Amino acid sequence: MDSIGFGAAWLQYALGGITVGAIYALVAIGYNIIYNVTEIINFAQGEFVMLGGLFAVFFHETCGFPMLPAFLAAVAAVALTGLILERYVIRKARHATVLSMIIITIAFSILLKGGAMLVWGRDPYRLPAFSGSGSILWNGVAIQPQALWVLAVSGTIVACLTIFFQRSVYGKAMLACADNPAAARLVGIPVRTMIFLSFMLSAAIGAAAGVAITPITLMEYDRGALLGLKGFGAAVLGGLGQFFGALVAGLLLGLAESFCAGYVSSGYKDAVALVLLLLALFFKPEGLFGSKEAAGLKRF
Amino acid sequence: MLTVRSLHTYYGNIHALKGVSLHVRSGEIVALIGANGAGKTTLVHSIAGLLKPQKGTILYKEEDITALAPEAVVQRGIALVPEGRQIFATLSVETNLEMGAFIHRNRRDQVQRDMGALLERFPILKERRRQLAGTLSGGEQQMLAISRALMARPDFLLLDEPSMGLAPLVIREIFAIIQRLRDEGRTILLIEQNARAALEIADRGYVMETGKVVLQGEGRELLVHREVQRAYLGKGSKEIWDA
Repeated sequence: MDSIGFGAAWLQYALGGITVGAIYALVAIGYNIIYNVTEIINFAQGEFVMLGGLFAVFFHETCGFPMLPAFLAAVAAVALTGLILERYVIRKARHATVLSMIIITIAFSILLKGGAMLVWGRDPYRLPAFSGSGSILWNGVAIQPQALWVLAVSGTIVACLTIFFQRSVYGKAMLACADNPAAARLVGIPVRTMIFLSFMLSAAIGAAAGVAITPITLMEYDRGALLGLKGFGAAVLGGLGQFFGALVAGLLLGLAESFCAGYVSSGYKDAVALVLLLLALFFKPEGLFGSKEAAGLKRF
Repeated sequence: MLTVRSLHTYYGNIHALKGVSLHVRSGEIVALIGANGAGKTTLVHSIAGLLKPQKGTILYKEEDITALAPEAVVQRGIALVPEGRQIFATLSVETNLEMGAFIHRNRRDQVQRDMGALLERFPILKERRRQLAGTLSGGEQQMLAISRALMARPDFLLLDEPSMGLAPLVIREIFAIIQRLRDEGRTILLIEQNARAALEIADRGYVMETGKVVLQGEGRELLVHREVQRAYLGKGSKEIWDA
């Protein structure tokens, strides 16, 4: 590290921060999709990320799939988990209050974590990088190719979601459900189907984030809670329900963490996200990009 | 066209409809008037499928639609313009219209044509078609709510308090639109607190009180009815109390 000058160190931390931040942003976007359609905060979102990573390890290492099919199979498996959560848990409790639903998602996350521990054990698992394991040296900064993959996966997902919500009828219908569920039913939008779709989509996005990050950070059964918490911090900081806000806040959180770890102490790294979350809740509870007016109309 | 027979609906624990019967013939405007809490909105919500009646039947074009979900009711050709307009405030005017045609989503040409025709018909909406619907004025929002309902191509329109919160001049415009819709062959059930305006354009009317229909008749007939004048038009109350 001695050979890296101040400027290079700065760049190195920024790159690391953006990589982790992209993952937080994806987790936050997962929260937002479900929140937008149902007003439920799905605390099993972090578990979807963990399962994505572990399923990818299972398909790639155990079943011997090449990386791309393993990636897709892991995303599909976790989407199926999201389907089960909606179809067999949330839908059964559809007359419960939003708060009860949120508690149900916490219970489901504990179940997923316990299940993952039984299946995969307590050890962290590794997954090879999507391409080449060596680092690229650029201006004295070591870049892991996998970090670029994380950014590519995140960028693709954000772009696809933007197109989905702005162009496709189903995307607009999901926004309409979020805006006014009663009016959405009146124009003939099947709100239950949209809720179902939101859970599958969130699970799939969480899984993609999990697969992308595993080659860098490894993955184990109890990773979900912390990732979920930080993603939640990003979602609140960016304004619940705001996709662009989630993206910016996620990157901000990642950068703050990375610089804190680099310049202060890596021991305080995890506290940074929570401090930012608390500051947001104290001083700007509607988030950086949320509207005060809209926040006043929502129940949570 | 629509026949409601001794309908009982609970709104939470409240027995909101206590055996309501009425019918609407094809091509009519039927006004339903009554005070707040009389059960008018409960009735239209029961017809639209948002509330499940406990007893009684709703027949539409000879088909029993009593237990249908809202999606299925729209598909039969009944559209509700809800109380308070309920537009999608955070979506653009165009997207609101597109969502109105959700049941026709696989017929993109038709949706585009209908949208074009409606935007020609309401130039103010055309001017603001890219604006968020929440930024429109009350009257414009009501036009949008009606247009959104029309995008489903309904034969039968349920209008719940279309004049609520609007200025008198704007109310006149909205009621002119409603008359034109009838002249084009649509059937309309109009719920109103503004009894005079509603009865003036209605072919027939019903008066509801505490969950029951208490009076019915031709629009003009109800307009001059002593009881209606006293209770809803604010006329002659003095003589009645003095008598």
